[in-house]
Amino acid sequence: MKSIADLKRGQKATIVDISAETIPLKLLEMGCLPGNEVEVIKMAQIKDPLYLNINDTHLAIRKETAKAVLVKILED
Amino acid sequence: MRQINVALVGNPNTGKTSVFNALTGLNQKVGNYPGITVEKKEGVAKISRTLKAHILDLPGTYSLNASSLDENVVVELLLNKNDKDYPDVVVVVSDIENLKRNLLVFTQLKDLGLPCILAINMADRMDRKGISIDILKLEERLKTKVALVSARKNTGFDQLKELISSYKQLSPESCCDASVIDKQYFHELKDTFPNQNIYKLWLVITQDANFGNLDRKDVELKKNQALKTKSISELKRLQQKEIIVRYTFINDTLKLALKKDINAAKGLRASFDRILMHRVWGYVIFAFILLLIFQVIYEWSAVPMDFIDESFASLSEWLKSTLPDGQFTRLIAEGIIPGIGGIVIFIPQIAFLFLFISILEETGYMSRVVFLTDRIMKKFGLSGKSIVPLVSGTACAIPAVMASRNIENWKERLITILVIPFTTCSARLPVYLIIIALVIPDETFLGLFNYQGLVLLLLYFIGFGMAVFSAWLLHKVMKTSRKTYFVIEMPNYKLPIPKNVLITVVDKTKSFVFGAGKIILAISIILWVLASYGPNEKFSQAEDFVKQEVKSQNLDLSQEELETKISSYKLRHSFIGYMGKGIEPVVQPLGYDWKIGIAVISSFAAREVFVGTLATIYSVGSENEDTIKERMSKEVNPVIGGKMFNLASGISLLLFYAFAMQCMSTLAVVKRETNTWKWPMLQLVLMTGFAYIVSLIAYQLLK
Repeated sequence: MKSIADLKRGQKATIVDISAETIPLKLLEMGCLPGNEVEVIKMAQIKDPLYLNINDTHLAIRKETAKAVLVKILED
Repeated sequence: MRQINVALVGNPNTGKTSVFNALTGLNQKVGNYPGITVEKKEGVAKISRTLKAHILDLPGTYSLNASSLDENVVVELLLNKNDKDYPDVVVVVSDIENLKRNLLVFTQLKDLGLPCILAINMADRMDRKGISIDILKLEERLKTKVALVSARKNTGFDQLKELISSYKQLSPESCCDASVIDKQYFHELKDTFPNQNIYKLWLVITQDANFGNLDRKDVELKKNQALKTKSISELKRLQQKEIIVRYTFINDTLKLALKKDINAAKGLRASFDRILMHRVWGYVIFAFILLLIFQVIYEWSAVPMDFIDESFASLSEWLKSTLPDGQFTRLIAEGIIPGIGGIVIFIPQIAFLFLFISILEETGYMSRVVFLTDRIMKKFGLSGKSIVPLVSGTACAIPAVMASRNIENWKERLITILVIPFTTCSARLPVYLIIIALVIPDETFLGLFNYQGLVLLLLYFIGFGMAVFSAWLLHKVMKTSRKTYFVIEMPNYKLPIPKNVLITVVDKTKSFVFGAGKIILAISIILWVLASYGPNEKFSQAEDFVKQEVKSQNLDLSQEELETKISSYKLRHSFIGYMGKGIEPVVQPLGYDWKIGIAVISSFAAREVFVGTLATIYSVGSENEDTIKERMSKEVNPVIGGKMFNLASGISLLLFYAFAMQCMSTLAVVKRETNTWKWPMLQLVLMTGFAYIVSLIAYQLLK
């Protein structure tokens, strides 16, 4: 299974699962929920942090958090 | 006139403060919530001819599930009906573009049974963003009233006020029932506590899983087993489910009520991001902005600062010549007026720095800075936002400490505040320059680098290095009960609203003058008293003693020379003079005598006072730097002979001033920002202790 940390720049994916134990509730509140679409807009060196668009919200998270959000890559 | 409580709730960065400013104008005050360091912004607004509102701008929050001290303030207030600030009506503020996210907290508030109004800000930009809203549909689905406002254009506020004044007609019904996540459990809760709002119970129960220290005076939860049937991970899963339920409702609502033309302006963010967050240019631009800020608070501020300095000096002169001579006049002219001057002098730097910071925040650029610098800064336990305070600390620690307020994470904010005083501020410069000139040869190294310049540069590096190193150390030592997460929003780029910028600048300046200013004034008066009074007749009759001495030595002095000799004699026999002698055994191992001891004590008022005090002690009349330097170079060490200011004692002094917490104003402002004396005292003890040890080692090795 791939996580957000595996995405390339500009790639879109659908969030499949999140581990509620390791992910801050705040991220869920900002729209990082199963079924929503995520796109990597930018990433800093060594992919940390990552600049994402999730459900029309633009936010940045660290790589360690990105690894805990599992996704299914959308082919386009 | 009747008065009601209104609370503003909403996500961070969604124009909540703009709406607050538009409602209250300058009629607001900023303080702290009791016992904690969360900023409390409140103001008064006239709602109608018969109604006034006390408006509380609550800290930005994404939900009622608190995960930080700031968010906890919101939850505690909204759960406690007995709080004097408990709102009669809540206004949820959202930008048009962030509506979806702000509705999350809105639906939670509705579940608490609070009367809620939805204020949608930036309504003037709807057309440009290609957004249209069906207000009636939205009001029907959310069971509320909606006001479209624009803080920028100052429109829609009459309607908002009208809605506030008729708050009693708002529906108390919830719009999205959360109990569906576990019907049976919620049913049990209802049975156990028939008189309580169920959602309130749920929030109290889950706060234990989230935050852990919710104060629940109002909710009489006797340690009932009925509540403890769920484990923390079960609760977390249920919370996750709750958020999904709420978002499903919100998405359905917006599908019905909001139309968005996807083709409309989207490129602005992307093109700004491309430049400002570029892997190379992003850093170049940021460095340039830092340089500009530094230049402004270092150079531009000098003009008004000199003016303030001179004005207060002439005011004090004028008072001395106008008022009848006496204790009281001297207290005013030499103690209080210079003390107030010592506060006012910081205003230009504070105002300029916050002008820049609020523009950077308002435009949305600050979040990009955090993105760019996070990877480097997190290694030292700092935030990307720590860079601005640290760099501006090179001009002055006072505004820099205040600037750390913008760091959301408490641990990162505290570490930043604690290490700022290590950076080489401009007040150290006069001390450095005169000592370097005295003890470092004015020669070049490899025919290229001037030794004096190199030492100065080295001192800057030592200061910054020490700040970073101690940040890393604190990061390792300080324990936090909860893991800190990094989730930041990247807001849209916006033009700053001048009114918001102005209010920030005025607020910060006011909070410095009336917060830290009191402490600075008190300490400077104490220092003045210690230097202006002595325990015995050698002080009170200094004139006679000096005249006798002059006579017996057959010296021929001009009136001016005599006067400087008297003031030098007075200072030696003042309380501070005796204190200097008292600490001589302590400072001797560092290579100082009691005269330097006096200068070190009195420079606690401000580091640059060191030079002036030495001038008085050595009875060099004018403050002309060359004369002081000449006199200092002639000073002989009374114990071991030879020059008092040699390489060993000079380096020892330089290191002492580099590391010691020699600034009462910084301590005062740290007290004000951390809301306790614990941290400034820790700074004082650790930094000065460290400075002492380093100077001791340096002197003993070099002598």
